[in-house]
Amino acid sequence: MSSPVKGGPEVVLRLAGISKRFGPLLANDNISLTLHAGEVLALLGENGAGKTTLMNILFGHYVADEGTIEAFGRPLPPGSPRAALEAGIGMVHQHFTLADNLSVLDNIAVGTELLWRWRSDRGAARRRLLDLSQRFGLEVRPDAPVGELSVGERQRAEILKALYRDARILILDEPTAVLTPQESAGLFETLRRLTADGLAVVFISHKMNEVFAASDTVAVLRAGKLVATHATASTDRAKLAELMVGRSVKPPAPAPLSPGEPVLELAGVTVASGHGRPLLDRVDLTVCRHQVVGIAGVSGNGQTALAELVSGLIRPDSGRLSLKGSVVEHGDPADMVRRGVARIPEDRHSAGLVGTMAVWENLIAERYRDSSFSRLGVLRRSAARAYAREVIEEFDVRCPGPDARTQLLSGGNMQKLILGRTLAHGPDLILASQPTRGLDIGAVSYVHSRLLDARAAGAGILLISEDLDEILALADCVTVAYHGRLTPLLPHDRVSVSQLGLLMAGHWDILRDILPETVHAA
Amino acid sequence: MDFLSIILDILLSAAFWTAVLRIATPYVLGTLGELVCERAGVLNLGIEGIMTLGAMAGWMAVYQGADLWTGVLAAAACGALLGLLHAALTVPLGLSQHVTGIGVTLLGTSLSYFVYRLVLPQASTPPTVEPFQPLALPGALAQTPLTYLAFLLVAVVAYVLYRTPVGLAVRMVGENPAAAEAQGLNVTAIRIGAVVAGSALMALAGAFLTLSAFNAFFFNMVNGRGWICIALVVFASWRPGKALLGALLFAVFDALQLRLQQASGGVLPYQLFLMMPYLLSILALVLVARRASYPRALMIPYRKGER
Repeated sequence: MSSPVKGGPEVVLRLAGISKRFGPLLANDNISLTLHAGEVLALLGENGAGKTTLMNILFGHYVADEGTIEAFGRPLPPGSPRAALEAGIGMVHQHFTLADNLSVLDNIAVGTELLWRWRSDRGAARRRLLDLSQRFGLEVRPDAPVGELSVGERQRAEILKALYRDARILILDEPTAVLTPQESAGLFETLRRLTADGLAVVFISHKMNEVFAASDTVAVLRAGKLVATHATASTDRAKLAELMVGRSVKPPAPAPLSPGEPVLELAGVTVASGHGRPLLDRVDLTVCRHQVVGIAGVSGNGQTALAELVSGLIRPDSGRLSLKGSVVEHGDPADMVRRGVARIPEDRHSAGLVGTMAVWENLIAERYRDSSFSRLGVLRRSAARAYAREVIEEFDVRCPGPDARTQLLSGGNMQKLILGRTLAHGPDLILASQPTRGLDIGAVSYVHSRLLDARAAGAGILLISEDLDEILALADCVTVAYHGRLTPLLPHDRVSVSQLGLLMAGHWDILRDILPETVHAA
Repeated sequence: MDFLSIILDILLSAAFWTAVLRIATPYVLGTLGELVCERAGVLNLGIEGIMTLGAMAGWMAVYQGADLWTGVLAAAACGALLGLLHAALTVPLGLSQHVTGIGVTLLGTSLSYFVYRLVLPQASTPPTVEPFQPLALPGALAQTPLTYLAFLLVAVVAYVLYRTPVGLAVRMVGENPAAAEAQGLNVTAIRIGAVVAGSALMALAGAFLTLSAFNAFFFNMVNGRGWICIALVVFASWRPGKALLGALLFAVFDALQLRLQQASGGVLPYQLFLMMPYLLSILALVLVARRASYPRALMIPYRKGER
């Protein structure tokens, strides 16, 4: 049992002995938690630790196999979001549950009236929404279709949706995953206003700095078990990280290396979109051997186009792309692979691997035509399997063997498989898009150390990531993508997270402070 | 003979527009029905079979001695029943909406012919009933009551969809069922309800054919009208007002080709004229529907708590 950290305030929520199984997986193992009015509880844990499952049980999306929930002293009927809403529990899902084609007001008001009424009272709904919006400083446009809103606005709409329902307990699932640092700060400000009003907040996170920025209490989950509950002020990062992973973790430490000759050069590259502003707008970028260049930015600012360009999926409309000093005229993915580009795609499920095919088939997907893997148009299966066994061994991919179907692997092992395919041939340039998204700390540090090994071996690495901590830990130089433009390269030791945040939001005037006149070399 | 003056003559005659409204009626009803289903996220390819069953059931009830309005109700009830079958298979069980819909069409069509033959094994010329008579309203072209009803229903469906809580709920489950559930709505019940109601509307389209446009039930009488309705829903971008417009447009083409056939006096093969409304609909679809925004969850079964 967790001990109440605060003595005074009323207990609003009590989870007792919650267990949930998905097949052989014990996602939640006898978890008990209490939450008080005015408290912010951070639920910290790696991916797959059972945080989201627990909150989905609380909100009625899943039914627990064992255990009970009490909200405001009354037992909560299991398996009913409606009952949870009525008990004053609101949930903001990681993937927002808003309908893009409907207006904000429609999204918020749906289901709040009796279904069988002659007309909806939109006037009253609008007044209530605007009143809440003002009271908690959550700005929204009631009549805008959700599809037109920015991510931050969508999140505000989601929070208002819960408040509109008189939520007194608010659950936020990875709320900052999609926000800039400034937007996150705004969110934490909102949370303070809410708790000042007596609401209780649970937020799910795997980021340490958020836990310290916003929570009163932190509960750590590991492999479905609640391993500790602490007052946030009485603990520290190292301790929490150890609790999360179950052992101590060291951050990556890139050895200082001086950059070699350039492997990738973009000069004035523009990629038009079908409409409006171009996807990439006059981009200059150089990546050298022994160098990691990090691209920071909120997603949708040209990173995808940049990755597709370097993969050979699209071509520049104007400007020049060179690899190892020679201009690439008509690149296609196969050509890029031949030229020494290795890719870690952004989405390992959709673009990285074919889940229904075997591990060995995925491993030779980029070079099945090589003479080592096929002869006269017939696959040399035993050679491919032998190669697969080597990669599995070398990169510690936990799987039954080369013939296992890839979709049965865990996310971390899928990424190791991609890493193996990427690094096995000593590439000159590695394009790493979100290489650690959704991985747990152990797998993250493995991926990082492998990338740094490749850097030491002479590869240039283009690292596209939304995780600023990752970029600052790995990259020698950082550039920020905004509206298809890239800032000049900034040495990693001269920028802070908050400066990157401002650049990500388009405040490029601060470049003057970071890069005073002389410093302009990459 | 001046081609343009022939067309002008046709377009200026009251009889032409009376025919347009009559021809449009089953398309209006069928399109509305399909629109309600699709707005809730369920494609209903059973429409052709549901219309056929509605045509048969409405006619059969009247032929057995019921009055005309009871016949209409019987048609709607049978359509709702077949819609319930489609909904039961596609919503809680989450089967493929395409395959189920085609199955429902085959079932509805065959069942109608089967029951018809069961009751009237001997009939060589189809027996007739006394159909709805045109009703002259002041300031309107004389139409049968079902046509007026169809046009009224356009306004009703539009009002329900856009001005009532239940309409918002229907649109929500068609756009994002997970969001609807998170708001406490019962996605399954709302989808089933929409499919049943939409199917009843489709059956009314069938009943119009046997109780208003004609006075008998015969084979292949729906003749692809259901499929046209599916296209009209896309043409209308899932909006009732535009659905009415689309149905009228199609009816104009259809009425025009009938008259042009007569006027051309056999110079051109009549099949060419028969093709015209379909060709023009395809053209209209190409022009309009490329920008159409589908209900996001259309054809995606929703399973609660799936991970």
